[in-house]
Amino acid sequence: MSFISIQGLTVAFDGTQVLHGIDLEIGRGEALGLVGESGCGKSVTWLAALGLLPGKARVGGSVKIDGEELIGASRTQVERVRGKRIAMIFQDPSSSLNPVHRVGRQIMESLTLHRGLKGQAAKAEAIRLMDLVGIPSAATRIDLYPHEFSGGQCQRVMIAMALAGEPDLLIADEPTTALDATIQAQILDLLSQIRAETGMAMVLISHDLGAVSAVCDRAAVMYAGRIVEMNDTAALFSAPRHPYTRGLFDAIPEIDGDRGRLKPIHGTVPDPRALPQGCAFAPRCGSADTRCHTRSPEPQAGREGGLLACFHPVAWAVPLMTSPQGIPA
Amino acid sequence: MPKFILAKLARAFLTIMMVMTFAFIVLRLSGDPAQVLLGPDAPLDAVIAFRERWGLNDPIWKQYLAYLTQIMRLDFGVSMRSQTPAINLVLERVPATLALTIPALILKLGIGIPAGVYAALHRGSLADRGVIMLSIFGFTIPSFVLGLVLVLIFAVSLTWLPSGGQDTYWHAVLPIITLSIGGIGILARFSRSAMIEVLGQPYIRTAMSKGLPWRDVVWKHALPNAAVPIVTLVGFMVGALIAGAVVVESIFAWPGVGRLIVISVANRDLAVVQALLLVIAASMVIANLLVDVAYGLLDPRLRSKRAAH
Repeated sequence: MSFISIQGLTVAFDGTQVLHGIDLEIGRGEALGLVGESGCGKSVTWLAALGLLPGKARVGGSVKIDGEELIGASRTQVERVRGKRIAMIFQDPSSSLNPVHRVGRQIMESLTLHRGLKGQAAKAEAIRLMDLVGIPSAATRIDLYPHEFSGGQCQRVMIAMALAGEPDLLIADEPTTALDATIQAQILDLLSQIRAETGMAMVLISHDLGAVSAVCDRAAVMYAGRIVEMNDTAALFSAPRHPYTRGLFDAIPEIDGDRGRLKPIHGTVPDPRALPQGCAFAPRCGSADTRCHTRSPEPQAGREGGLLACFHPVAWAVPLMTSPQGIPA
Repeated sequence: MPKFILAKLARAFLTIMMVMTFAFIVLRLSGDPAQVLLGPDAPLDAVIAFRERWGLNDPIWKQYLAYLTQIMRLDFGVSMRSQTPAINLVLERVPATLALTIPALILKLGIGIPAGVYAALHRGSLADRGVIMLSIFGFTIPSFVLGLVLVLIFAVSLTWLPSGGQDTYWHAVLPIITLSIGGIGILARFSRSAMIEVLGQPYIRTAMSKGLPWRDVVWKHALPNAAVPIVTLVGFMVGALIAGAVVVESIFAWPGVGRLIVISVANRDLAVVQALLLVIAASMVIANLLVDVAYGLLDPRLRSKRAAH
């Protein structure tokens, strides 16, 4: 049973539509990966859902959490959901923490807000959370400022802060992009471990397919403000059907294969102000025909249970690789 | 930390010394006090006696050394005109000037900052555009024009307020308003852009995504960060408390430090001008030190950078 249900979510900035009707359901405890190139609307989807976009953004459609509508809801209503029901962590942890407040205070602020903890109780819980996310000697470092932590530790603090409200869903918006490779793996491990312990659901927004395959049950691929393919991670990774998804996999260098040229997806992401007619991917797609250039394919249930928005999907019988774990990060 | 303070003090001392030296040289190159004070018709022996009396015949380096040793003994010389200690002449004018500049500063802070912050929080609204327009008006209109216009309206036409002098509290109203308008405009504009800059930072999005009420996001997360650049500007204003009213004091015949500067420079009253510049330089330097302290209090990043020195 899904507790978050997004239907027909649209976003426009200054009259330019960047999100063209997103439909997404997330069940309790589920981990969903959201992948796609920069600017395809992965982050905007969730910023819109939580009302975090700047005032000039026009948001339409529906986002329901346990049946409660968030789009168009009053500010206090949305504020009650933020942090408490849905928490969010961001791409650049060092600048996502307020530089003039101690990290402990920033965590305790959430504890006071969502769990009514004050004084010593809040401090003890903040230390416990910092311990939980793997910050060494938390009891003494609780009084330090964000600039005294490394990027990876700042992200751990952000996660501790997100956990403070005991949310049902954590949106991790490219949580590892700004971190180096070993720290990336540690943060992903931490997120999986926390999810296993708390049973909270998670949306991992990433363009790192390896990260998504390691952490998520299900993945959705976005292109130019639409979901073009969505399926269980195993199915999607072993047999991608949309030419764009396939292109993303082909562009990954093989770690143990022969040396050879990478297969890039030709062309660039279309400007949202000048989207091509028909399927937005058609100009870059090898199998596009006249129909693709005139009509936009609707997402339909695929043979494997997932969703697919393509007139000419890649042949299903071609297995890309045997296991999703084999994909290098 | 003490090392940091010592370095600051040394730099402050150096700044004041440079101002004093510069003033000393320029004043002595720019005209003969004997001619100015005694007038063009003064008899030659009177001029010679005057120069002898004030040591103006010595070579300039000798005068400078004499001046330095004098200052080290905290003796700031005697006014050539009134024969009283120069520093007393300066210090007795300070309260009159502060009576204008401090209320003006309070108005600048009390109106400028809230207006700018409000405009930033309601960006693009009618109020925002109003604040931008008024602030441009405020800091582009020169104070001598504004002062005269205010006199025309409130003193000449409406006769509500006096046009000059220092007899009652009412006399201070127009000078204070004239002094504050420009600063209000500058602070409003500056606070607005500082606040807009801060509101676009990722940590503001974090504070919102935590579920904090907007009021708390603004007061606890945005304002403390926006305060850092604003403090820089306020520091300049504090530094100008003593010397910032030259024009306005002249317009409104207000017997403060500014008037004294104009009169003493015109008369080439060397000791008084030098004492004035010393007090003004010292007030600027102190304001700068206060700004540095405030930075440390407001921004922990600057604090630890300092500790690393």
